[in-house]
Amino acid sequence: MNEQTTKLAKEKFEPVHTNKVGGSPFTGITGWIDNRLPIIRMFRHEYLDFQVPKSLSYFWSFGGILTICLVLLIVTGISLGMHYKPDANQAFDSVEKIMRDVNFGWLIRYAHMNLASFFFIAVYLHIFRGLYYGSYKEPRELMWLIGIVIFFLMMATAFLGYTLPWGQMSYWGATVITNLFSAVPVVGKFIVTWLWGDYAVGDAALNRFYVLHWLIAFLIVGVVVFHVIALHIVGSNNPSGIEPKDTRDTVSFSPFTTSKDLLAMLVFLLIFVAVMMYAPNYLGHPDNYIPANPMVTPAHIVPEWYFLPFYAILRSIPDKLMGVVAMVSSIAVLGLLPWLDFSKVRSSVFRPIWKQCVFLFVLDFFVLMYIGGAPAEGIYLVIGRIGTAFWFAFFFILAPLVSIIEKPLPMPTSIHEFEDWKKQGKIKTIKLFNK
Amino acid sequence: MKFNFFKSSSLFIFLFFMSFTNTSFSKEAHVDLLKTSWSFDGFFGKFDRASLQRGYQVYKEVCASCHSMKQLSYRNLGEQGGPEFTEAEVKAIASQYEVSDGPNAEGEMFTRKGKPSDKFKSPYSNENASRAANGGAYPPDMSVLVKARPGGADYIYSLLMGYEEKVPDNIKLEEGVYYNKYMPGNKIRMAKPLSEGSVSYSDGTKATQEQLSKDVVTFLTWAAEPHLEARKKLGFKSVIFLLILTILVYLVKKKIWLRVEPKV
Amino acid sequence: MSEIKNKDKSTRRDFLTTVTATVGAVGVGAAVMPVISQMNPDSSVKALASIEVDLSKVKEGQEITVLWRGKPVFIKRRTKEEIAKAQQVSLKDLKDPQDDKLRVKKGKDEWLVVLGVCTHLGCVPIGGKGDYNGWFCPCHGSHYDTSGRIRKGPAPTNLEIPQYEFVSNDKIKIG
Repeated sequence: MNEQTTKLAKEKFEPVHTNKVGGSPFTGITGWIDNRLPIIRMFRHEYLDFQVPKSLSYFWSFGGILTICLVLLIVTGISLGMHYKPDANQAFDSVEKIMRDVNFGWLIRYAHMNLASFFFIAVYLHIFRGLYYGSYKEPRELMWLIGIVIFFLMMATAFLGYTLPWGQMSYWGATVITNLFSAVPVVGKFIVTWLWGDYAVGDAALNRFYVLHWLIAFLIVGVVVFHVIALHIVGSNNPSGIEPKDTRDTVSFSPFTTSKDLLAMLVFLLIFVAVMMYAPNYLGHPDNYIPANPMVTPAHIVPEWYFLPFYAILRSIPDKLMGVVAMVSSIAVLGLLPWLDFSKVRSSVFRPIWKQCVFLFVLDFFVLMYIGGAPAEGIYLVIGRIGTAFWFAFFFILAPLVSIIEKPLPMPTSIHEFEDWKKQGKIKTIKLFNK
Repeated sequence: MKFNFFKSSSLFIFLFFMSFTNTSFSKEAHVDLLKTSWSFDGFFGKFDRASLQRGYQVYKEVCASCHSMKQLSYRNLGEQGGPEFTEAEVKAIASQYEVSDGPNAEGEMFTRKGKPSDKFKSPYSNENASRAANGGAYPPDMSVLVKARPGGADYIYSLLMGYEEKVPDNIKLEEGVYYNKYMPGNKIRMAKPLSEGSVSYSDGTKATQEQLSKDVVTFLTWAAEPHLEARKKLGFKSVIFLLILTILVYLVKKKIWLRVEPKV
Repeated sequence: MSEIKNKDKSTRRDFLTTVTATVGAVGVGAAVMPVISQMNPDSSVKALASIEVDLSKVKEGQEITVLWRGKPVFIKRRTKEEIAKAQQVSLKDLKDPQDDKLRVKKGKDEWLVVLGVCTHLGCVPIGGKGDYNGWFCPCHGSHYDTSGRIRKGPAPTNLEIPQYEFVSNDKIKIG
């Protein structure tokens, strides 16, 4: 025997048991499946019995609403995809065919385009909840970062989807936004030609935008899965910002939060259906009913409303490259918030100064949205620049500064004490979204 | 800094909706459009069938010489929710047109009488031909024109009624350009298309300029939104249904939560 | 304990939940229906579901082919010999017995209207060829006679007669 085998003979071997079948609380067929793939007990643990703070307001329902929106967007999207033709000569006509000839085509098309808008309404409210209640703070930083990734993917998907009807805004919006890549030093121009597959936006671009629209939409589903897994590890935040300690602070996810979320979803759907059925083109732009014409640019190229604040930030910087950098950073900077805002108190309910800052930020968001739809000149440009400055000041100046100087209000020690204080009128919460 | 939450939330909502007024930004002075009552407006809007049929007659006799409506087929004229011509009338309308078909066995394109399944015949074979025949200007396809202009039906109606005799002093008109009060820029290459008596209505209605304009705009609105009536009808049913379901779910939710908070 | 276990299931709560769930299910069904329906033929396809064919220019002995629902339809104006031949065939000799009279319209037996799709595996048979003076399918050698009936070869049934009617003396509507 050589040295190696002698060494092996002396080693202790760890027993290995890779077969993990068993342990299911279920019997019968359910148990048979669950023993081999524990999704049934996982479902019960994560979605039925899961303990969730009982102080959650309706602001917490937007996650569920976003999921419903995503599912409906995919279902309507697949239905549209069965009829849409991603060819520059046929795209506009194929959409009209869907609107006129396909059974319920008008309904599916209007649903898909208005769902995109409502998806963004929901996500902005969802993000607002995060900002106001400090949901981005430890230990939820990664979940917050994953959320920002989802937001970027949503914007990419929405942008790509908007090009598909091949109207004037589709074409010119695509031209303007893809041209932004030419701001990249040295290789910018080559990147743009590479993106286009041509020397201008055209059939080659449309075809690949169609494929990418589908791809990124399904990527969103994947990243959302991680977002929810992360949530289930750290647990939900709640309006008090205090972590749950015992079962006085919590309720089981089902039936309490499920029934509440269901109600919120229905109210959301009600508003959505009303808009879709009675004002289906209100959130859109009439110019997109003009077939794309590479020779004629519309008087005012405007992106869809949900992009307007970022469009305003882009246009407020005179330098092309810095404008793009500013626009992308204005969203990316959200990712730095867990570290820029280092206050130990999560919820703005107990942060009198930060609360005002958040409201000012929201105001800034709407101001920038208005500016984004205005011509980039005169007083609009001035306001846009002030708005952009405030946006970054909120993150880089206000967040750390307020963390240092703010004296938080007296806080309860637990969630159930928070609930008592609310009943006693000792603290004010955003009433509109309270149960 | 004191901040009233209700004031601020109402401010946000106000700002949110104000953000949409920017979609109609323009350098020119904003002119108020002529307002008229449309039968298809409102939650229970419907198309006036007779008006649609008259509107089609106006399109056919006046507009179709320059404006195509490529997205429409003759059979649409007989479908529910539109002018609802009879099957025989639709066949008769379609067969008035010679449409291109082929190639035949010899490899040549030929013409034949139109069928209901054919698309509306265009006055020009393509945009270039259209521009060449109209001094460089392109009379737009009108299939979705009502949706393609801010102000929609009101705008098109105003435009048709907006050819004013008196041209303001600061506006110089080139050859072949006319003044219109509602056209952005006030200059339009289309001569006034409709005047009293331009069309002699087959149903005997008096063809005033208002009547002609109203009928053709109603027709164009249907052409852009052939399923408008079905949409509003379904909309009403859906909203009522969702209201009922929301109330039911609200009651169920309240019942469930009583287990946590016995006192509401 | 934050939950008071309600052992006493009041029938009112059950009823409410059941009603709500039912109404909800109806809603889901109504929402799913358009998604399923959009896959059905759309109205432009349905508009071409029937076609009218003008027969006035078809001479005796001549055959024309028209496209109907994406498939060829052979319309043959048969000569007297062809009609006689078709009527004289004994039903015993046919793989798919069918009298010629049943394959034409009453009083219009000079007009044969058949779907030009071989009943074996779907190829388009060639007219004026084959051992029975009807059609011959080159794919696997099926022979059809002057009534479009299968006489030799692997095809199991006669050429299909589509739904059609004479809307005037020299015009038919197929479909």
